[in-house]
Amino acid sequence: MTEPDIPSAYVRDRRTPPPSREELRARIPGWGVDLDPADRPSSPKLQYSADTGAHWDFPDRQPGSAGRERSVEHAFVTPVFGTAQPLHGPSGAIRRLAYERFSEARLAHWLLLVAGDRVDAWGSHLRSFGSTRPDVPATGVHTEVSHGGLRSRAGRSDRRHHLVDPLLVAGPWVAGAGVGAVVVRRLARALRR
Amino acid sequence: MRAMTYRGPYKLRVEEKDRPRIEHPNDAIVRVTLAAICGSDLHLYHGLMPDTRIGHTFGHEFIGVVDEVGPSVQHLQVGDRVMVPFNVFCGSCWFCARGLYSNCHNVNPNATAVGGIYGYSHTTGGYDGGQAEYVRVPFADVGPVLIPEWMHDEDAVLLTDAAATGYFGAQLGEIVEGDTVVVLGAGPVGLIAAQSSWLMGAGRVIVVDHLTERLAKAREMAHAETLDYDELDDVVVELKQQTDFLGADVVIDAVGAEADGNALQQFTGPKLKLQGGSATALNWAIDAARKGGTIAVVGAYGPIPNAVKFGDAMNKGLTLRMNQTPVKRQWPRMFEHVRNGHLTPRQMVTHRFPLEDIAEAYHVFSAKLDGCIKPLVVPNAN
Ligand SMILES: NC(=O)c1ccc[n+]([C@@H]2O[C@H](COP(=O)([O-])OP(=O)(O)OC[C@H]3O[C@@H](n4cnc5c(N)ncnc54)[C@H](O)[C@@H]3O)[C@@H](O)[C@H]2O)c1
Ligand SMILES: [Zn+2]
Ligand SMILES: [Zn+2]
Repeated sequence: MTEPDIPSAYVRDRRTPPPSREELRARIPGWGVDLDPADRPSSPKLQYSADTGAHWDFPDRQPGSAGRERSVEHAFVTPVFGTAQPLHGPSGAIRRLAYERFSEARLAHWLLLVAGDRVDAWGSHLRSFGSTRPDVPATGVHTEVSHGGLRSRAGRSDRRHHLVDPLLVAGPWVAGAGVGAVVVRRLARALRR
Repeated sequence: MRAMTYRGPYKLRVEEKDRPRIEHPNDAIVRVTLAAICGSDLHLYHGLMPDTRIGHTFGHEFIGVVDEVGPSVQHLQVGDRVMVPFNVFCGSCWFCARGLYSNCHNVNPNATAVGGIYGYSHTTGGYDGGQAEYVRVPFADVGPVLIPEWMHDEDAVLLTDAAATGYFGAQLGEIVEGDTVVVLGAGPVGLIAAQSSWLMGAGRVIVVDHLTERLAKAREMAHAETLDYDELDDVVVELKQQTDFLGADVVIDAVGAEADGNALQQFTGPKLKLQGGSATALNWAIDAARKGGTIAVVGAYGPIPNAVKFGDAMNKGLTLRMNQTPVKRQWPRMFEHVRNGHLTPRQMVTHRFPLEDIAEAYHVFSAKLDGCIKPLVVPNAN
């Protein structure tokens, strides 16, 4: 005999059995319709599908794969691939190095790709400043007013870290602007001399 | 055409882009009629996914009308109304042949660890996505499905990812009758995971989040009990007490890399990007599961290593199951559930933004303003 106030985890059987099937069916639409694992689409995990719609053993190869970057863990550029935003410029060189030199198992592969992302972003920010649509530190922020930023966050814990966001997002821009101003002033002084 | 384009972390805008063209004989071009923003898009938006290139168009949840087909396409015609799974997949590789459509080996040259996904960086293949007027759909004979007459467009677009993923998450949990299931995250994925857990026979479903309107939705739409972790000193201890100190039989992580609730994880993950996101939800799952229990992970994490409590998972004899969702495999059964009203994806839609206002849509969804649960994107609104 166990004492009645000892929780289930410390004894053999659950102290409170789950509600009955009838009770659950009455309360929850569709309760138990997938009770049998055979009715669940992803059970078992590996399953030959009758017809995937593919009418090839190996797909036709998409033209234009020469020079396309690929993971060194692949035997070749896959027969189908995305052609959006091909590698270009300094960010392209960094990304190509990541793909050609390091497998996906190496942290260097991913860190180089992250570095490529930052170089890509800053290169295009700088270019945007010479265009009619200069980049801003963050977009869509006026919804803080139109969609009730303060009201929506009342009582939420992420209020705290949302305070950090403006710093993290705008920080590099402020720093960049500062460095830019110093460089311009130095240049101006040097030219005046 | 008009298309959402990425301009760097926290920055995007709508630009004029070339309309995509047929690049492979089995391609189709689809004119997008309705798209959505997924919790996964936030990982790109926050700059957490390596090799997200400036100019990239996001969007892996979309439906539309076939506008053009390549010469080898047999099953689709111009004018067909189609829903397109978020996976790009070939249907014929070793993995597709066994139903692992999300792990296709023929569509992503950039990585072997992940399959192809529309509009989800070059790490998943470098395909522009569907938050645009037109999108290139590879393997048109394999992925897209005609939208059934009876199906609402808003259900159809959610079935291309969020709803399918919630349902898949519950399956990964290998729920048996009477199980106590804890769902971490009351976003679109978590809400459907909670609904689906009942279909598989759960005896109790507890949803954890800190957004009150989402928790209210979990109670009303998914008939779940809810816990607000902001109101608790320690959510894991609460879950232990509520389960008679056993822990949950099954925990579903429907949060992923943006998880809140631990300052150090938030700072080293989403903020400083020193790890592939914050592992807070995954660590809560490991703690809250009962020994010998199962954790289903559908929350997404980046390829950079994470600070995960692996030792505890091992010591507790947990089963960890996870994947990107093989969407099309879920559909025939899910269509029945939606038709019978057992799953109700479109009840989660709170906002509809014209494509031109997509920068606003991302900020509202990302900061969870205005009770936003699921925002849709409408090209050619007006
Ligand atoms: N496996 C797949 O194929 C697949 C498909 C779609 C989405 N996903 C992933 O699923 C996750 C959820 O997607 P979504 O669209 O529902 O996103 P979402 O951002 O709308 O929802 C996430 C929810 O988690 C909550 N949350 C944050 N920290 C938490 C914590 N520590 N504990 C509990 N809840 C917490 C948030 O408040 C939010 O409500 C994302 O990581 C997304 O990338 C995976
Ligand atoms: Zn998604
Ligand atoms: Zn394949």
